Amino acid sequence: MSALTFTLKIRPAQRVDMSPLVCQQLQGKDPSDIAAIELQSGNRKLRADELFAISGSDAQHIIIKNSFDKLDFIGKELNGGSITVEGDAGAYLAMGMAAGAITVSGNAGLYAGCEMKKGYLEIAGNTGDFLGGTLPGNKMGMKGGLILVKGNAGERAGDCLRRGTILIEGNAGDYCGSRMIAGTIAVMGQTGRYVGYAMRRGTLLLWHTPPLSASFNDCGTHTLAFLPMLFKTFAPLHSKFADSSAVFNRTRRYAGDMAEMGRGEILVKQP
Amino acid sequence: MIINGVTIDATFAEAFPMKATRAIITAHNEQWALIAAQAMTGFATSVIACGCEAGIERTLSPEQTPDGRPGVAVLIFAMGGKGLAKQLETRAGQCVLTSPTSALFAGIYSDIKIPLGKNLRYFGDGFQIAKVIGGKRYWRIPVMDGEFLVEATTGQVDAVGGGNFLVLAESQPQALAACEAAIDAMRKIPNVIMPFPGGVVRSGSKVGSKYKGLNASTNDAFCPTLKGMTATDLSPEIESVMEIVIDGLSKEDIDQAMRVGIQAVCGLGAAAGIKRVSAGNYGGKLGPFHFHLQEIMA
Repeated sequence: MSALTFTLKIRPAQRVDMSPLVCQQLQGKDPSDIAAIELQSGNRKLRADELFAISGSDAQHIIIKNSFDKLDFIGKELNGGSITVEGDAGAYLAMGMAAGAITVSGNAGLYAGCEMKKGYLEIAGNTGDFLGGTLPGNKMGMKGGLILVKGNAGERAGDCLRRGTILIEGNAGDYCGSRMIAGTIAVMGQTGRYVGYAMRRGTLLLWHTPPLSASFNDCGTHTLAFLPMLFKTFAPLHSKFADSSAVFNRTRRYAGDMAEMGRGEILVKQP
Repeated sequence: MIINGVTIDATFAEAFPMKATRAIITAHNEQWALIAAQAMTGFATSVIACGCEAGIERTLSPEQTPDGRPGVAVLIFAMGGKGLAKQLETRAGQCVLTSPTSALFAGIYSDIKIPLGKNLRYFGDGFQIAKVIGGKRYWRIPVMDGEFLVEATTGQVDAVGGGNFLVLAESQPQALAACEAAIDAMRKIPNVIMPFPGGVVRSGSKVGSKYKGLNASTNDAFCPTLKGMTATDLSPEIESVMEIVIDGLSKEDIDQAMRVGIQAVCGLGAAAGIKRVSAGNYGGKLGPFHFHLQEIMA
């Protein structure tokens, strides 16, 4: 049984809500039913087969080919199965995902992995602001799972992160880890201003010393036993984080944000 | 049955259902992991007065431990889950948390979880940090030598306690040498511990006593100095009896441990003064697990 494949035929001028095309909603549906699914695009509803050439039948493995940055809500609330995006993804990629895996070969837009509950999201390119963050007005961002970004992340990565891990091989923008409640964010590249702004708990693991605000207190340099264990869980990933040369346990610890609860930490790799 | 001149009695050891858990202690080096493990499993020879039976199962190489440091696996057995949880927590708090450079991890997983660091975390006085790594929850408790890393819970499993055999020898040194050989062999078997000092008990007990309030007393039938004044189970040439008690995660584990232990004893044989191997039981009415010596050695 080959993967259920949606190959984009036309690039609509308006954004497209892809949320109906997730594994659990397509499972057991006839090809004609799938073709008839209506996708909201601007103020219009488009049939799936108007936008995509549809082939294959395995709804647990979905491939979206020729994807571009206006395809929003890909893998929204995905609850098992996998979605492979060939190309870019729009905003709200993997929003509220409960289980499964989503991989994107290109870039992703705003709010990728926002309020994700579990599962695995991999973005080969760059991603927009609020990676793994919370929607406006809500209190908790990502609550579990793993996000791997091989490029750069925008601002507010991990905003209100509650649990789970965000790995960024490239750089992260301003306010990385803002309002973090718990969880782990690791950034191999540079970070912008206001790292850990108003974070309550959680760990920001950085390869480079960031410009720190005055509300983070230097706790000195330490060898932390949990770090090799954390790195060990990255070993199966196709990522720089899985490289044994990336493993370290010697860090400088900054506690904060003291303007908030102050139980969070920024750990900076030490030689 | 006679093996190398040693008579294997046609009797059986009687054992009981228990609850057990395994914890893995790691430290900066094996010496300190062993120190913590010895402290944690101290005063844990018998549930009669210790609350639990515990022992070091084996040492672990850095590749076998969660944090890549040298480690020790300990097994703890108790009569019930509640008692097991209490003993585990007390011993983890007083013996492992306090031991320099130590970390403590679950060594067994099951549907029934008992607290390991879940409550110890409060020692951190609010500075403790939870970290979910690979789906498991750990606590990082700040302590004076750095951080005490402890897994939140470990698993509780059904187990068997009280497997045993007796070594009957012509002299005390010969009985001891045979037991030492048995323990050396049995320590290579996974999933079992021999909870008594050095794995050997010289004061085997019977149920009850002439004194009110004592529910166990010396096993006079096997005391060589009482041969002439009690219903002895010893022949004239027996001068010393020692017992090896085994707790295991399953009946099969105890079977195997008893087999290699008795084989080691018989390896020394009659030439080394070993005359008989017997076992302790209560008539088969108390414990559901029976370890028939001749069946095990067949």
